[in-house]
Amino acid sequence: MTNPEPHSVPNPLTKNITADNVATPIDRYRENDGYCGLLKALELSPQAVIDSVQAAGLRGRGGAGFNTGLKWSFVPDQDKVPGPRYLVCNADEMEPGTFKDRLLMERDPHLLLEGMAIAAYAIGAERAFIFIRGEYFLATERLQRAIDEARAAGLLGKNIGGNRFSLDIYLHRSSGNYICGEETALLNALEGKRAIPRAKPPFPQVSGLWGQPTVVNNVETLCNLPHLISHGEEWYRQLGRHKDTGTKLFGVSGRVKNPGVWELPMGTPVREIIEQYAGGMLDGFRLKGFLPGGGSTDFLTPDHLDLAMDYDVIGEAGSRMGTGTITILDDHSCPLGLTLNLQQFFARESCGWCTPCRDGLPWVVEILTRLESGNGRAQDLDLLEELATGMGPGNTFCALAPGAAEPLLSALKYFREDFERHLQYGGCPFADDRRALLLPA
Amino acid sequence: MKIANTSEFLSAEEIAEIEREFEIYPTRRAAGLEALRIVQKHRGWVSDEALQALAAFLQVDTAELESLATYYQLIFRRPVGKAVVYCCNSASCWLMGSRDLQRQLQTRLQVRPGQTTDDGKITLLETPCLGDCDQAPVIMVGTAGGTYEMHRRLTTEKLEELVNDLQKVYGGSSDEP
Ligand SMILES: Cc1cc2nc3c(=O)[nH]c(=O)nc-3n(C[C@H](O)[C@H](O)[C@H](O)COP(=O)(O)O)c2cc1C
Ligand code: SF4
Repeated sequence: MTNPEPHSVPNPLTKNITADNVATPIDRYRENDGYCGLLKALELSPQAVIDSVQAAGLRGRGGAGFNTGLKWSFVPDQDKVPGPRYLVCNADEMEPGTFKDRLLMERDPHLLLEGMAIAAYAIGAERAFIFIRGEYFLATERLQRAIDEARAAGLLGKNIGGNRFSLDIYLHRSSGNYICGEETALLNALEGKRAIPRAKPPFPQVSGLWGQPTVVNNVETLCNLPHLISHGEEWYRQLGRHKDTGTKLFGVSGRVKNPGVWELPMGTPVREIIEQYAGGMLDGFRLKGFLPGGGSTDFLTPDHLDLAMDYDVIGEAGSRMGTGTITILDDHSCPLGLTLNLQQFFARESCGWCTPCRDGLPWVVEILTRLESGNGRAQDLDLLEELATGMGPGNTFCALAPGAAEPLLSALKYFREDFERHLQYGGCPFADDRRALLLPA
Repeated sequence: MKIANTSEFLSAEEIAEIEREFEIYPTRRAAGLEALRIVQKHRGWVSDEALQALAAFLQVDTAELESLATYYQLIFRRPVGKAVVYCCNSASCWLMGSRDLQRQLQTRLQVRPGQTTDDGKITLLETPCLGDCDQAPVIMVGTAGGTYEMHRRLTTEKLEELVNDLQKVYGGSSDEP
């Protein structure tokens, strides 16, 4: 993480993260108020914890932005559905252009463990899993060490802090498959089945892992809980600059001067993130567009720079805040090429269950490929639009295909001229640019 | 082919490691992926025989375990090199020049993605986003022992050095003169 200036705003998510690439050890974590949020939660009733999280307005950082406390409240009482409850941390971070959960897990693993313990207490789970992508080798090592440390300190295991609450946290390493990040596919994966999404309802909160009530939360969502509980919902709400509450990890990648990830108040304007924190565009490049929060969000343009990074604000502009990590499209890179790259990703990662996804995506890839290589046809753009619409919400079992449609439809909308230039030019008009952009020797 | 006795095929070490996984989950089946990873760590890849022995040991259908093994890109059902070079080709790396890196790798190693060098030492694969986008372009190197290491903000020169280092450690013939 590279912060250009000392923090003038509270940074509860990253306060333990320094320039050194080390995981905060448990003693230093505890000296800096670590595990105080958990110990405080254990003095409250589980319902009071749920109410506080709901009132704080914490929204899921995995991309969909659902109110976390509200999600937990759907877990039924023991007399309605008896038996174990499970908490699952979604650490499968594989959305193209997303690189925030890695930082939290590698640098401050106890923050995640404490957050998980608070969530587990709230929903009545005594067993929790961290579903982590297999490529996150360092994060896995550091989390395992942190789990061992916490267990030795009596902060995990039986009767935590002398209370009746017990919790075991286990790491489940995945092995490179984007669809596993979809929460019901993830549950199948954890059960040792092929990771295909489940039909909903029932939702996981009612019938999840091994048919038991289960809550799936993103890494960053869970990392918000320790300070939220420690300082209370009023304090938490005031961290935001706009309507949404708390702080958020925002990132920028692409041809900017200072790519990176920073903790900033929710509602920070896009312009501030790109120009101030990411240092603006590299010399010789202009901003052409950007994906606000990962490969499955709609492109936005320089006209949208003054929008606040808030779920509803970005939503009203026709996109989604998604994971909050911005990907920059510069004026020397081909928008059609980037769109094709994204569609190839989604086509490759489709689980193949639904027709618009299984058949639509390869078709989209085929059309974009022929446009890019100069063999496109005039009616191709309409065909793309039709296919993308067919992949939209409501036609598939999970959000992968609708997510793939977002950058495609928005690229057709904002960069239509560039698509048409491929037809007129008989190939990629950016190809010469690319030759001039070879990697520095 | 039927494997009569699983423990004749799986080593005591492999069995001990897999049994440790059983403690984590309420079913044996749930340990499937980790069991595949353990076998791969010891043998470099998952052969048909290993898959059948594992399925018997986990008490699941071979076809079911196969449907896991083929679903994940980090599990190999064919032999791979001692080192596997994963070249990220997703959005941020694509924008920052991953196509040039990949071309350079193909030329240096004389392989295409999915292939292994003639001496069987280095395999080249494309991979989706590795979650290190502010460090783009990146490459990950995996070893038979199951470790993964990131190489970040690559340039032509840095990649040249990386390939030299890999070839020193692992081999990986078909070097350009
Ligand atoms: C194809 C697909 C992939 C997903 N990948 C992830 C992921 O890697 N990490 C994540 O937290 N959420 C991912 N999600 C969202 C999850 O389904 C789920 O909404 C999220 O984990 C809920 O956590 P939250 O409420 O804390 O945000 C994905 C969704 C889809 C459709
Ligand atoms: S939308 Fe695609 S990935 Fe999701 S369930 Fe359907 S086929 Fe599978």
